[in-house]
Amino acid sequence: MNGTGRPRPESGFELYAWLFMRVSGVVLLVMALAHLAIMHVVNNVEVIDYQFVVRRYLTPFWRTYDLVMLWLALIHGLNGVRTLVEDYVGAPGWRVAALASLYVIGFVFLALGSLVILTFRPVANP
Amino acid sequence: MKVTLKIRRFNPEKDEKPWWGEYEVEAEPTERLLDALNYVKWYVDGTLTYRRSCAHGVCGSDAMLINGRNALACKVLLKSVGNKVTVEPMRGLRVIKDLLVDLEPFFEKYKQVKPYLITHSLTPEKERMQSPKEREVFDDTTRCILCAACTTSCPSFWANPEYVGPAAIVNAHRFIFDSRDEGREERLEILNSSDGVWRCRTIFNCVDACPRGINVTRAIGEVKKALLFRKV
Repeated sequence: MNGTGRPRPESGFELYAWLFMRVSGVVLLVMALAHLAIMHVVNNVEVIDYQFVVRRYLTPFWRTYDLVMLWLALIHGLNGVRTLVEDYVGAPGWRVAALASLYVIGFVFLALGSLVILTFRPVANP
Repeated sequence: MKVTLKIRRFNPEKDEKPWWGEYEVEAEPTERLLDALNYVKWYVDGTLTYRRSCAHGVCGSDAMLINGRNALACKVLLKSVGNKVTVEPMRGLRVIKDLLVDLEPFFEKYKQVKPYLITHSLTPEKERMQSPKEREVFDDTTRCILCAACTTSCPSFWANPEYVGPAAIVNAHRFIFDSRDEGREERLEILNSSDGVWRCRTIFNCVDACPRGINVTRAIGEVKKALLFRKV
């Protein structure tokens, strides 16, 4: 702690991160609850099978729905963890390692999830 | 009533680590914690060290951690803390001795937000006019006495001493929303960093700690909002 000098001026990234958390939080509240209702109240694990997914993914609506939810939820969660790291991981080495792994995990899961949602094609007899 | 004071003592010249001193004080329930501390200092152990000045909740010198919460010792009545009260120095700042902490980093943060009137336009002949309505906007934040109770109760500040902290933001708010001030942009720019308002996690400890009853988290929220909408 030196306490001298003023805070570093930044690009406003934190402002957009903050705004994103609020907006995505509100959107997710609706989307995630609807998702939960569809998967566990209206339907249940006995009903949900490959055919169920195939039927849903025939229309672009559910693909879009899932894609938006994937991006919002994953980035919302990762940004939350990033905030924790920023607050509580002081050692530069650990901080860089934690942030790097967060970004890698985020990229891999976003890419994989998007790939599945966008390129899913039903096969006749799975 | 008989009150047992459990005070966190530390003299860096003598002690390796802080220890708890217990002192029994006979006092009226309507006396203040500061009176009990004064009793200990004047009649029991003169080495007990703490700040106090006006002793009437105005100067903000005697903020400390009382029964786990930041408050001014001169505003806390003994009847409200019970027969046993623990007194510790405020957290997040270096302890100089006993209840006395180094406030230098705190005031450094205060200076960062330029807590003074900034004007570029010509000085008016008589005075800078302001309507009661314009004054109302920042009335709450004019009441800060810089006791540091809010900043040292803030977990974000404990976690990261580079965070400007609630007190500095309150004092920035006082000028950002002052219609006579013209330094709004500079101050907003200073607070628009990861160590500025964005490190606030709306924990509300500051609101709980403020002996002046300032709604600190609300003020921080208003600064965030000003940052969000100024470019729109």
